[in-house]
Amino acid sequence: MATIEKDSVSGQSTTGHEWDGIKELNTPLPKWWVYVFWACVVWSIGYWVVYPSWPTLNGYTPGIGLGSVVPANWTARGQLDGDLVAQKAGRAAWLSKIEASSVDAIEKDKDLLRYAMAGGKIAFNENCAPCHGVGGVGAYGFPTLADDEWLWGGSLADIEQTIKFGVRNTNANSRQSEMPKFGADGILKDDQIAAVADYVVSVASKAPAKGSAGEAVYAENCAVCHGEDGSGNKEVGAPALNNQIWLYKGGKDGVVAQVTKPKHGSMPAWSERLDASTVKLLAVYVHNLGGGK
Amino acid sequence: MSIFKHHAKLETNIFFLAVGILLTVVVGGLVEVVPLFSIESTIEKVDGVRPYSPLELAGRNIYIREGCYNCHSQMIRPFKDEVERYGHYSLAAESKYDHPFQWGSKRTGPDLARVGGKYTNEWHVRHLVNPRDVVPGSIMPGYKHLSRPLDYADIASHLKVLRIVGVPYTDAQIASAKKDVEEQVFSDPASSPAVAASYPKASIGSASGNPKAVTEMDALVAYLQVLGTMVDFSTVKPESIRR
Repeated sequence: MATIEKDSVSGQSTTGHEWDGIKELNTPLPKWWVYVFWACVVWSIGYWVVYPSWPTLNGYTPGIGLGSVVPANWTARGQLDGDLVAQKAGRAAWLSKIEASSVDAIEKDKDLLRYAMAGGKIAFNENCAPCHGVGGVGAYGFPTLADDEWLWGGSLADIEQTIKFGVRNTNANSRQSEMPKFGADGILKDDQIAAVADYVVSVASKAPAKGSAGEAVYAENCAVCHGEDGSGNKEVGAPALNNQIWLYKGGKDGVVAQVTKPKHGSMPAWSERLDASTVKLLAVYVHNLGGGK
Repeated sequence: MSIFKHHAKLETNIFFLAVGILLTVVVGGLVEVVPLFSIESTIEKVDGVRPYSPLELAGRNIYIREGCYNCHSQMIRPFKDEVERYGHYSLAAESKYDHPFQWGSKRTGPDLARVGGKYTNEWHVRHLVNPRDVVPGSIMPGYKHLSRPLDYADIASHLKVLRIVGVPYTDAQIASAKKDVEEQVFSDPASSPAVAASYPKASIGSASGNPKAVTEMDALVAYLQVLGTMVDFSTVKPESIRR
């Protein structure tokens, strides 16, 4: 074996391999490919010099840079820091106005409003939509932001405050207050809870059962936060009961469960994660989802 | 170029081929290994990074067991778009007590390097049980089975093993490991139990709301809630972490 022959058709030599009379041509790589390969090898030498590359015993060769294109001692993180400065400068015309304006002023200025809606939407989808849903449609336990029913107030200032400091978290300024565990702590007896649940359901369907046993329990225990007429109190985040909007389960079962051992939602303090301008964009965006007061 | 035409001599002689392979591996190996000798300069000097609390460590083991790393990375790269979306880029120092690290290499879901504190415990639990309940378009599987009790009888030995590979757990921390698991779950979030002093920024309280048992859910959520929260970047000078 291994007889290398010249192939008469292509003019190439064979490799000398043969299988059942079929021989293999030893066709070299295309010239253009070989040239590109060697050009890349030469190019890499330039890279070693310009960029940090070779490890040494206690560090690496830092790279001498390339004029104004690549700084000496280039690092990916250094480049990022520069990119972020440039990006901030690019947005400065808008962001400086957002920073200097109150949320009310932003909403009144047509151009700023358009900017806030576009920027707010992006920030909302990344940070808020996982709980409140895309477009603020809400989910079980997470309030809808697109309607005009608000737990902690639906004015621009209220929304900004809620986004900044959150609800029932460890931030010192967060919105607090919890409903007492009327059942679990034995404040109300089971029959009282059943009665007040019946009454709350009647309030929710706009036909309060006047003179019922539940009304008396309600007046004594619930009205202080939820209001005589069940209209709620945004100062303490007490939801309105005189409508069919339920954060958790509605109906008698749902009310009994909540009065017995209340569930309480919480929300992070976004000022700990996002800058003040982003919070303003979010407040304006949420206010304009449909239900802003 | 004629020298390159003689490679057949190298490739068909078993001795020369073996020597050639050995030389290639030696050079490649040295280039990869030598930089590790100077690893002290690779890890940024920042404050706040601490070993995982025993509960977080148990959660981390569940994260690995369930293969979360297959779809979620924990590595925010130093690029503009990543920093805008996820927050400050990840530091080597932030995973210095991870054995093995969970940087991952594929994002079917989002990066989790700074997911700590981003959502509430309640959200995490509902999302883990059935992701569609809160994120309608999610393709993540549900992990309902995590509501079963956590097996943490041997948690102290996990701490001991990690100490062998360089994680600075103290004798006291190892001795109280089991107690710390229970304390982190069953303490009131508003209180400051001993475990919070031992492991600052640990998420205190029961995520699953099960008053009788420490669940796997509690452990996993405690782990998720501490991810990326240990370093306070407002106190870090950008120049000091450029590498």
